[in-house]
Amino acid sequence: MTAEPHSLKGPDIAHVTLKNGLEIVVIPDHRTPVVTHMVWYRNGSADDPMGKSGIAHFLEHLMFKGTDKHPQGEFSDVVTALGGQENAFTSYDYTAYFQRVSREHLKTMMEFEADRMTGLVLSDEVVDPERDVVIEERRMRTDTDPSAQLGESLASTLFTHHPYGKPIIGFMHEIEGLNREDALAYYRRFYTPENAILVVAGDVTQAEVVQLAEETYGRLPSRGQKPERQRPQEPDARSARRVVLEDPKVEQPSLQLAWIVPSYKTADKGVAEALEVLVQILSAHGTGRLHRKLVMDQKIAVAAGAWYQSTAVDRSRLMVYALPHPEGTLEALEVAVEQVIADLVAKGVEDKELRRAKTRLIADTIYAQDSQSSLARMYGSALATGSSLKDVVEWPEAIEAVTAEAVQAAAKQWLNRRHVVTGYLIKDEAA
Amino acid sequence: MNDLSTKASLASRIQVVRSASGIEAWLIEDYTVPLIAMEVAMLGGSSQDPETKPGTATFLASLLDEGAGPYESSDFHDRLDDFAIELGFSASRDQISGQLRTLARHREEAFDMFRLALNEARLDAEPIERVRAQLIASVRNEANDPDAMANRAWFATAFAGHPYGRPSKGTLETLPTITRDDLVAYRSKVFARETLKIAVVGAIDAATLAVELERVFGALPAKATLTPVPVATPQAVGTRKLIDFDIPQSSIRFGAAGLLQSDPDFVTASVLNHILGGGVFSSRLFREVREKRGLAYSVSSQLAPFDHGPLHMGGTSTKNERAAESLSIIEAEITSLAQDGPNDEELDIAKKYLIGSYPLRFDTSTKLAGQLTHMQVENLGRDYMDRRNGLIDAVTREDAARVAKRLYGDGKLFVTVVGRPIGM
Repeated sequence: MTAEPHSLKGPDIAHVTLKNGLEIVVIPDHRTPVVTHMVWYRNGSADDPMGKSGIAHFLEHLMFKGTDKHPQGEFSDVVTALGGQENAFTSYDYTAYFQRVSREHLKTMMEFEADRMTGLVLSDEVVDPERDVVIEERRMRTDTDPSAQLGESLASTLFTHHPYGKPIIGFMHEIEGLNREDALAYYRRFYTPENAILVVAGDVTQAEVVQLAEETYGRLPSRGQKPERQRPQEPDARSARRVVLEDPKVEQPSLQLAWIVPSYKTADKGVAEALEVLVQILSAHGTGRLHRKLVMDQKIAVAAGAWYQSTAVDRSRLMVYALPHPEGTLEALEVAVEQVIADLVAKGVEDKELRRAKTRLIADTIYAQDSQSSLARMYGSALATGSSLKDVVEWPEAIEAVTAEAVQAAAKQWLNRRHVVTGYLIKDEAA
Repeated sequence: MNDLSTKASLASRIQVVRSASGIEAWLIEDYTVPLIAMEVAMLGGSSQDPETKPGTATFLASLLDEGAGPYESSDFHDRLDDFAIELGFSASRDQISGQLRTLARHREEAFDMFRLALNEARLDAEPIERVRAQLIASVRNEANDPDAMANRAWFATAFAGHPYGRPSKGTLETLPTITRDDLVAYRSKVFARETLKIAVVGAIDAATLAVELERVFGALPAKATLTPVPVATPQAVGTRKLIDFDIPQSSIRFGAAGLLQSDPDFVTASVLNHILGGGVFSSRLFREVREKRGLAYSVSSQLAPFDHGPLHMGGTSTKNERAAESLSIIEAEITSLAQDGPNDEELDIAKKYLIGSYPLRFDTSTKLAGQLTHMQVENLGRDYMDRRNGLIDAVTREDAARVAKRLYGDGKLFVTVVGRPIGM
């Protein structure tokens, strides 16, 4: 055996659309006789109707409650008995359901998943306890955790008008009011073949997948047109804002800075890639500028980094975070973070930083090929947020093409201190 | 159905590779993706921390990639990044582990960086103080996290006076006292070929690996000098410990003695655990606590087969008003499983799931390398991957009922609760 020439493009991906509008992506991976079967719907929490925050996520839970054909629990029992794994997740822009099973069970998964695309049956007897489950989920993730509460405040301050400012799980007072009718109305609006993307990764061919999909999803009638996302758009920010959360439970304070930035979908050519490289230069493990300057040189922070939500339908967010050293203050740390960014804006990035960031980002695409479910998620999330298959396949080249000037320009335009939202998490000493 | 388990012999793909001086690794050669993953384990872990200095193993593991050989910390990280090498170490209660992932074309550089980290970590003053501050911040961060609080309290009480009772990440009191000498002493005590287990998966052949093994591990001392860890059974079983905390939800941790991985009944115990609370959408606890009553989002159980004090454990988070109800349902399910064992249908579904889903546990090179190392640590034999599903399949209802009695006994648990539960 010899090592194959190294390939940036990865496997040969197929992309087909059925007559009823369902899009299909097939990602071959023949290492083990397993498939990952996912259905992505192009609706997420940012499409929740006004006053009904949390409905996308609540419906995701309710999708496990059965249909006329297959009552509650049957689908999960079948997946379990076939030795499969399953779950679902809701994000701002999409909701997705997946199963991982042995390849010969693909059609069974498709039959069940197609059935619940239009056949969901809900009664108050199943809806009411499930609402309590979601309430406990919110308590567990947010209401017992001051840092998650700061995250919510930061988001709603950053996005004053766009629904990216609302929590995916919803606000507690609105979750408490969600009912069966809300769930069904939302379901009928968004769960249609035109709004869905089927992603199958694994030990299958394009022809097999398309044929099985025709026999299952293909029988669902088209609704005539895609549901539309109706979202208010965020106006350009004019001010810097500050959010402070004080809680007696905080033992380790932290600082966050957030900006609204373009996503792959909204950005001019090359800008999202430049932001991706910028974040890598700022926060790569052990080598990023924030770590080097704040943690190693100035010893003003014990940890610092950044992240960028690049995959999104609308303008998205870029965040910088830092934990202060016990001897430092949040105020001094904030000045130091701003200095790191100001320095990058003024002087740009070094060639070796640029090279290193690109090497790392491109290597990640090879590492991703080792994981069938990572690949399926990568393609599903890109398509569900309006990128094309071509965008994903050509991503390594687009990253390779990023120049030092583009990174500097992106930092200058988007990491503007006049529009930043700053978050402080501090201990409430008075309580 | 489940032909995955019988289709191809996984065990026959495992090559045992030996270096010139006899260092052994298990290798699965695979060229589909041009990368190599390695997982390494040595016995020890936080149970070898000095008694007054918990956190030592975690501290050392965090420092191994912070400068080694000729490279100071920042040069070391620059080099890892230049070649897109992923390298890291961690400490669990019973072992120190190392992970490496590299593109095949950077194999030599990657193995060399791993060699330096393992043998020649510099432990310079600058990274020691920096990592110390990070570890302290992380302990602070978890200080008031309800799940972490319930877990710490569980181990501190159940294993009082035993190494497992000490917080493995250290405390605000112990982390400042750990010196470079402590770290060096730990390393010379634990890092040795005697307990070393290695697995490699990916684009590398046996001859090349044999040379790399000698280069990376050849200089390690032959023998470890581990402090014997006494066998312990959890204390306080049958009691509850309540930690008052002003939050709307109670975080609950429960557990009692379990079985060692080497126990002949362990496979049956893992089937039982799946039925109780291991299955995501199908377990008894999921159905009773979450689906039927909406008492919690998360409820689950695990087997924790620690080398010197194996456990069965579980946890949930539920609103204060209904915490007592949740706990009594959990206790009733455990008692019922102990008394009657599982019914035929749930046993059948659990076995089918565990058999069919086995390959999903190692569907990436990294996970496969981890699995191969685990099999060596537990002395399961190379053929385990082929035997394992047969062992599950052979579990009868009678076995399950017998082992349920042995595992869950009288159903008594030690329980920690963090929150303001009403009526508990």
